Amino acid sequence: MRTAVIVLRKDLRLEMRTWETVPAMVLFAIVTFVIFHFGLNRTTIDGQLAAGVLVVTLLFAAMLGVNRLFVAEREQGGFDAFLLAPVDRTALLVAKASALFVFLVVLEVVAVPAFGLFLLGPSLGHALPGLILLLALANLALSVIGTFVSAIAVHTRARDLIGPMLGLPLLVPALIATARGAGPLLAASHASSTPPGKWLLILALYDVVFGLIAYAVFDFLLEE
Amino acid sequence: MSVVSGRPAIELRAVARYFGERTALRDVSVTVATGATLAVLGRNGAGKTTLLRILASLLRPHEGEVHLLGEPVPARAHLVRGQLGLLGHEPLLYRDLSGRENLQYHARLHRIEPERVEEVLAAVQMERRASDPVRLLSRGMTQRLAVARAVLHRPRLLLLDEPRANLDPAASVLIEPLIGRDSGCTRVLTSHDPRAALAEADVVLALKDGRPAFVGDPAQFGEEQLGALYA
Repeated sequence: MRTAVIVLRKDLRLEMRTWETVPAMVLFAIVTFVIFHFGLNRTTIDGQLAAGVLVVTLLFAAMLGVNRLFVAEREQGGFDAFLLAPVDRTALLVAKASALFVFLVVLEVVAVPAFGLFLLGPSLGHALPGLILLLALANLALSVIGTFVSAIAVHTRARDLIGPMLGLPLLVPALIATARGAGPLLAASHASSTPPGKWLLILALYDVVFGLIAYAVFDFLLEE
Repeated sequence: MSVVSGRPAIELRAVARYFGERTALRDVSVTVATGATLAVLGRNGAGKTTLLRILASLLRPHEGEVHLLGEPVPARAHLVRGQLGLLGHEPLLYRDLSGRENLQYHARLHRIEPERVEEVLAAVQMERRASDPVRLLSRGMTQRLAVARAVLHRPRLLLLDEPRANLDPAASVLIEPLIGRDSGCTRVLTSHDPRAALAEADVVLALKDGRPAFVGDPAQFGEEQLGALYA
């Protein structure tokens, strides 16, 4: 845990120094909302359509972060430096997943209110607590899978392609659960202020299973 | 094969490494005593960097056995990793962090006391520029920081791939106590200047197309063999 905190602090410091990842994610999400606004030819959307638009936009914006997650390690020798240190290698998984989680939270702090402002019909207020819970579990899934596939992709030449190609199919169950859980929250009738428990449970289970798989095999992904 | 007397710090037996169908190293066997210097010579692409990466436990050998500081690698590499200092082609420093921040990061990973960072910065005379981002430093300054990073955790085994690259003569003298013979470390050294490497060596390993062309005492490695190696 101590090593993960050391690497996480370094990653956050690097991002605050360069602003190479989070602004790109935020800008991508805002532009996508604008494109949906014109593409759907609708002033406002609600219910399952709104949930789908929000979740898909966040997922694609997250992929920008996933693709950049290990760039500094690869291009500036961070991998070698880390592997030469007498530390538990899975600390890198925890650190990178935590960094991606933080990036996603920052993205959502900007993108979700923007979505409420530009596209969503019903007010966001009543749905917010449930949406936060749902997005926290979805972020965990994105962070773990994103770190996992990014660690695979970074050793390949076509890493910008491999990340989404591997990550998106793996994330389909999490995407379904998040979108289906968010649908009732964003309904025009304000039918529910909490997401259905079934989808929360599926997301939580997904997080646990893929977290354990990533933890078990991550060490081998670092081998050259 | 020539063995410098004393307990071996490095033992390689019939080590081979392939990249696809290309043979990067084959049948490499050498023993290096604790505190001794092994010079690895050969043309570009002869396998020198591959050998150093295997010794750093960053690359698995496909055949043969590697023992470092008495431990089999990669099986028990975790026991020796903290005792290796690697100075390679890349400085292993983040360009957007300052030199001091980079060294502090490495010190934390290696559980080294923070005072050691200032100590090594002073040793490479980089205190005044230590707060500048690495990307703003000249190549020579970056190399001095890389030397500081490599010796920060007081390694017992130094793996030095062209350690004096980009350094002017004064800087080369400056880093000598840290990575030279007087450092007290066992060293594996490659150099673009084979005569300088030979002068520092206790054992020579000459590689040609990944295979050993000569292993032994540098006194027995003459100008004719040197010429043939680089022909």
